[in-house]
Amino acid sequence: MKTKCLCEANDTLIFSCAGSSNVGQIANQAAIRLAQEGVGRYFCLAGIGGHVSGMIESTKAGKVLVAIDGCPVGCARRTLDHTGFTIDEYIQVTELGIEKNHEFILDPSDVGKVSRHMASLVSKRRGT
Amino acid sequence: MKIEVLGTGCANCNKLYQNTLEAVKMSGKQVEVAKVEDIKKIMGYGVLSTPALVIDGVVKVAGKVPKAEEIKGWIK
Repeated sequence: MKTKCLCEANDTLIFSCAGSSNVGQIANQAAIRLAQEGVGRYFCLAGIGGHVSGMIESTKAGKVLVAIDGCPVGCARRTLDHTGFTIDEYIQVTELGIEKNHEFILDPSDVGKVSRHMASLVSKRRGT
Repeated sequence: MKIEVLGTGCANCNKLYQNTLEAVKMSGKQVEVAKVEDIKKIMGYGVLSTPALVIDGVVKVAGKVPKAEEIKGWIK
């Protein structure tokens, strides 16, 4: 598979929780789906938390930062806040009526619900 | 000191390389400058946006092309 050049412009960066619950994993899957649909580039939240210089500097180059958390603990939001980044669009999976549990049985329709909701927020921001 | 310019060869990557050479010249310091075009090596630095500049293993900037004067400020 051909590797894309990393200089291709995409000013929307997507971060997600990937926590140890169904909603954490739904957040992560939704972020992947958004990236596959071209809404933005999927970035590594763990790299931000780990203060990996390459991840931090790459994030500074982004213009719109999008974060999806699974639940009100808000680890993605806290991680980005802690590093000094401002989140432009944010949602929590549980706010969309999806109940948190630790069974890791994901309903694909829940992933779709979250990704569509965030895609809509990004679209409104872009005025499209 | 070692400076690595990360990029797969686009115009911005070449511009950053030129600015880096200019910065080194202005500084008068002994600095090794290398181009890194291998995407696997680039991603090994956690860089997701190029071009990027690495000084002694630390990424100083990514997805931007700083001017020579700014780069000079990072050369100790």
